[in-house]
Amino acid sequence: MLSIIPSIEKRPEKIYTGGLSRRTRIVRKLTLVIPATILILMVIIAIFADLSWIGLPDVGLAPHNPNAGVITDRFLPPSFMEGGKSDYLLGTDRLGRDVLSRVIHGTRVSLSISMLVIFITASIGTVLGILSGYLGGRIDGFIMRVTDMALSFPGILLALLLAVSIGEGYWTVVLALSLLGWAGYTRMVRGEALRLRESDFVAQARISGASGWRIMLRHIFPNTINSLIVMMTLSVGMIILMESTLSYLGIGVTAPTSSWGSMVADGRSYLDTAWWIALFPGIAIGLVVMSGNFLGDWIRDRLDPRLRQV
Amino acid sequence: MSKVLLQVEDLRSYFFTRKGVVKAVDGVSFHVNEGETFGLIGESACGKTVTALSIIRLLPEPAGQVVDGKIILDGVNLLELDKKEMRHYRGRVISMILQDPMTSLNPVYTVGDQIAEAVKLYQGLRDEKVTEEVISALRLLKIPSPEVVMRNYPFQLSGGMRQRVVGAIAMSCHPRLLIADEPTTALDATIQAQYIALFKDIQEKTNVSILFITHDFGVVANMCHRVAVMYAGRILETATTREIFKDPKHPYTSALMQSVPRLDQKGGRLYSITGQPPSLRGLPAGCRFAPRCPVVKPVCLEQEPPEVKIGEGHFVSCWRVK
Repeated sequence: MLSIIPSIEKRPEKIYTGGLSRRTRIVRKLTLVIPATILILMVIIAIFADLSWIGLPDVGLAPHNPNAGVITDRFLPPSFMEGGKSDYLLGTDRLGRDVLSRVIHGTRVSLSISMLVIFITASIGTVLGILSGYLGGRIDGFIMRVTDMALSFPGILLALLLAVSIGEGYWTVVLALSLLGWAGYTRMVRGEALRLRESDFVAQARISGASGWRIMLRHIFPNTINSLIVMMTLSVGMIILMESTLSYLGIGVTAPTSSWGSMVADGRSYLDTAWWIALFPGIAIGLVVMSGNFLGDWIRDRLDPRLRQV
Repeated sequence: MSKVLLQVEDLRSYFFTRKGVVKAVDGVSFHVNEGETFGLIGESACGKTVTALSIIRLLPEPAGQVVDGKIILDGVNLLELDKKEMRHYRGRVISMILQDPMTSLNPVYTVGDQIAEAVKLYQGLRDEKVTEEVISALRLLKIPSPEVVMRNYPFQLSGGMRQRVVGAIAMSCHPRLLIADEPTTALDATIQAQYIALFKDIQEKTNVSILFITHDFGVVANMCHRVAVMYAGRILETATTREIFKDPKHPYTSALMQSVPRLDQKGGRLYSITGQPPSLRGLPAGCRFAPRCPVVKPVCLEQEPPEVKIGEGHFVSCWRVK
C-alpha cells in the first residue's frame, strides 16, 4: 500500500518514443542537433571574431580587418572561382574588404542585437502580461489596448522616425525593435496568466495566505516559462530579419561596421557582376533564422506536457 | 459542552451576474465546536462550496459577494477584517483542502518547497527548522519516507499521495479550522477510507475543527459528529450524525437517505427524488423543496418554514414538523 514512491534518483532514463520508427527518430534528433550546432557555432564565431576584448584586435577568426579594404583588390570573386585570390575565401566587396571577415564580424552585430532585444522585450512583456492577466479589470483593459496599439503600429515607420530624430545606429535598432516587440509577449503571457489564475494551485496558495505579488512571482511566472522559452527562440530569426531589413534600409548600424543586413544592401547594386557580396551574408541570415525556428519548434514539442510527464 | 469555534449566522452570499442575482447561499446559520467535525451535505450546486469560500473570504469577487450575515471565528467577525488581516487568518487559523488533488499543487515546485512556502510565510523560521516542519507535516499525514517525498514533484506522486500532500500543506501552519471541500471525491473507495481515518487521527492529535463538505452520506457517517443538510442555498436540517441517520425529520433528508443504495435491501429500483433543484436565480415562494416534496402541504408553497428546535441540537425547517 502506497509504498512505491517514485524518486528522482530512481526515475528510469528511458524516454518514450511513441513507437516511432528508427528513421523518424533520427530525423527528429537531427532537427535538434543541426540547428543547435549552427546557433552555438554562430555564438562562438561572434565571440571570437577577434580578440579585441582582451586587447588583441589582430588575433581571431576573421582573417582580415573587416573595415579596411585594399583598393587594388576590389570585386575579387571567391577563391574557388576563376580570378579569385586564395587570400579572400569569399571574395571582396567594392572597397576591397574581405567578405568573409565582414560576415564574421556581422555575426556580432546581428546576434547581440537579437539577444538584447529578446531580453528586453521578453522582460517587459512578461511583467505586463502577468499584471494584466492576474489583476484583470481596468489594468488589464489598459494594458491590452496599449498592446493592440503596439501590434498595429508599423515597425519600419517607427524605426524611420527614430532614425530621423535620434540618428541611426546600433542602439536605434535595439530601441526600435524593443519598442514594439514586447506586445507579442504580453499577449501570450496574459493568456497564460488568465489560465493559471483560475487554477487550483493558485487558489491553494491564496488559502495559505499568499499575497497577490507572491502568487504572481512564485506561482504564475514559473508556469509561463515554457511558453516564454519557445517564443524567445522563435523570435531570434524574426529579430535578425528585422535588423537586416533596417540595416538594408540604411537605418541600422553605421558604416563601416558590418551587419548582415547592411552587407546585403551594399551588394544589391552589384548583384549581376559581384553576387558574392550579397549572397554570403544572405546565407548567414537564412541559416540563423531557420535554426531559430527549428529549435523553437523542437523545444515547443519537447515541453508539451503530454510528452514531458512521461 | 465544548466551546464554539466558528459561528456562522444568517450568511447570505449572492452572485451578481448579467442575467440577475444568483442567491447561492441564502440565510445559512450553523456553528462548529472546537475539535469537532461538522458535515455540510447536499447535492451539487446547493451552495456548500460557496459557504466555504465565504468563510475563508475567497469568493470570486466582484461577482460573488457576501451581502449579509456574520462569520464569527473565536470572537472575531471575519467579514469585518480588511484584506491584509484576513490574509493573516488564512493558512494559520483557517485552512482549506480543495477537491481535486491533481490540480491543486503547483507543477513546477517540489512537494517540500510548497509546504515550506506556507511554513515560511508565517513563522519566519530558518532553513533547517523549515525542513523539520515540512517533514513533521508530511509525517502528520502519514506519508511514508517524507525525506524522499519532499524532493518529488507533484507529477511523480499518485492521486492519493497528492491529496495527502495537499492536506500536509493545509495542516503545516497548525490551523484551528480546516475546511475540507469534498477532499475524497476524486479518490477511489479504499483510498477514501484511508483518508478519512487519517483525518480522524489528525483531529485527535491536533484538536483541529473540521468543516467537512461532501455529498456522500457514507463519508458523513464515518467522519462527522454533527451534520447540516443543505438545499438550494439553505440549511434544511441540522442534527448529530446519529440522529440524522436514526430519525431524519425533513422530507428531503429522508429522501436523500433512501436514494443511497444499501447492502441490506436487495433488488428493486433505487429511489430518486423527482424533478430538479430550483434555479437559484428565481426561487419559488415558500419552502424551496416544496415543488419536489412527496408530502407537500398548501402552506409549503406559500410561506417559508421557520427553523424549529425539536431536540438537543436538532433543528428542522419544515411545516410538517411541530
